[in-house]
Amino acid sequence: MENLVPEVLQGSIRAMAKLITLVENEDSRSLEFLGAIYPHTGKAHVLGITGSPGTGKSTLTDKITAVLRQRNQTVGIIAVDPSSPFTGGALLGDRIRMQRAFGDPDVFIRSMATRGNLGGLARSTTDVIKIMDAFGKDWIIVETVGVGQDEVDIVKAADTTVVVLAPGLGDTIQSMKAGVMEIADLYVINKADRSGADALVTEVRIRVEQDAQIKARPWQTPVLKTVAVEDQGTESLVEAVDHHRKFLEESGKLKKVRWEKTRQETLSLLKEEISRNVLEKILGNGRFDDLIDDIIANRKDPYTSVKEIVETLFSDE
Amino acid sequence: MTAKKRIKVIMAKPGLDGHDRGAKLLARVFAEAGMEVVYTGLRQTPEMIVEAALQEDADVVGLSSLSGVHNYFFPRVVELLKEKGLDNVLVVGGGIIPDEDVPGLKDAGVAAIFGPGTRTEDIVKFVEENIPNT
Repeated sequence: MENLVPEVLQGSIRAMAKLITLVENEDSRSLEFLGAIYPHTGKAHVLGITGSPGTGKSTLTDKITAVLRQRNQTVGIIAVDPSSPFTGGALLGDRIRMQRAFGDPDVFIRSMATRGNLGGLARSTTDVIKIMDAFGKDWIIVETVGVGQDEVDIVKAADTTVVVLAPGLGDTIQSMKAGVMEIADLYVINKADRSGADALVTEVRIRVEQDAQIKARPWQTPVLKTVAVEDQGTESLVEAVDHHRKFLEESGKLKKVRWEKTRQETLSLLKEEISRNVLEKILGNGRFDDLIDDIIANRKDPYTSVKEIVETLFSDE
Repeated sequence: MTAKKRIKVIMAKPGLDGHDRGAKLLARVFAEAGMEVVYTGLRQTPEMIVEAALQEDADVVGLSSLSGVHNYFFPRVVELLKEKGLDNVLVVGGGIIPDEDVPGLKDAGVAAIFGPGTRTEDIVKFVEENIPNT
C-alpha cells in the first residue's frame, strides 16, 4: 500500500478517508502513518458535543458548522454512534441531520462506530482528530454517542466541551449527579421552546453556582438556550465557544491542557505497547490455559498466580 | 491485535420519493449482519451520495427508489463514483424496478437489483461475496 500521508497533507480527501479507515482497523502500518502526521497537528480547535440521545447533538453540530462556514473556517466532523454488542454492526445515522454541511467541499464528515469502546467515543477517535487536524481543518467537531451519565472521554479529546441537555428527561436530581454534568465548559439547553426549558436552565445554573469544584475553576461555565432546528441561539453558542477558546489561550490553560493530554496519550500508547508485548510472551506458550485449569480446580487462586507471573517475568530480565 | 475490518455501507434514497421503509429495513439488516451502515436519509442527490461514499470510505452504496427515477439516478451515482476515483465501490439497488430496466442498470455498473420479495439473507450474502478486496 502506498504511503497516504503526503497526499493527506496535500489535501486529498480520498487519502484522508482511506487513512482514517486504516487507523480505525488498527492496521499494522497505522502507527507509522500517525507518526508522520503528528508534526502537522495542533492547529485545529477541537469542539466536543455530548449529551443524551435525542437532545439534538447532530442538529446542533450542523448549525454550528454553518456559522463557522460563514466565517470561512473549514470544518471536520466526527460523528460517533454505538456498535451492536451482539453483531458488531452499527447504524450510523448522524449524517441525516447534517444536510446543510453535506456537499460543501470544506466540510468533511466521518461517521464512526464505537466498536465496543465505552466512554462515548471510538477507540481511534483521537487519532482521527489528528488526521483531520493535519489535513488542515480549522475546527474539528466531535459528536459523541448519546451518553448516559458516565461517558466522559470527550474531555480528553476536546479543547472545549459542550454538554447538550433537553427538557423533559428527568427531575432536579439528574442535574445534581456526577459524571457528564461535571464536564461542561458550556451547557446548552436545546429544544428551549418546549415546556420545562426555563426550569432546566435554572436547575443547571444552580448546579454551576453551588458546585464547589465547578465554581473553583477560573472559567465561568455559561448555560445557553438553543432551538437548533429553528437555528435559534446557535450564533451565540459559537460566540461562547470563541470566548472559551480565548480564555484557554490567554490564561495559558490551553498549553497546560495539551501537555496533560499529550502525557495521557503517550502513556496509554505505552501501556498498550507494553501489554501487547508482555501478553504475547505470557500467552505464547500455552501454560496460561493450564493455570486457568488449576484455578478452576481450586489448586491455585488468580490473585497469587498473577503476582507470581509478574515476578517471574521481571526476574528473567 | 488488529480490529476486524468492517464492511461500510452507505444506504441512500436518491430523488424525491419519500418512502424509505425499504431503505431503513435494509440498513438494519446490514447492521445486523455486522456491517457499519451510514444512513443518509431521504431526498439525496447523486452528488451527496457520492460525497458521503468518499468521506466515509464506503465499500458499498445501496440505492433505493420507488418512484421510477432509477434509470437516471442509479447510473449517475456509478458515473460520479468513477469520476472521484471510487471504482472499487459496489453499487446495489432496490425498490420498484421493472424487469426490463435491470439489464440496462447492470450494464451501467449497478452490480445487482433487489426487488420486493428478495430474501434479506440473499442480499447480505451477495454483498459479502461481491465487495472488492482493497
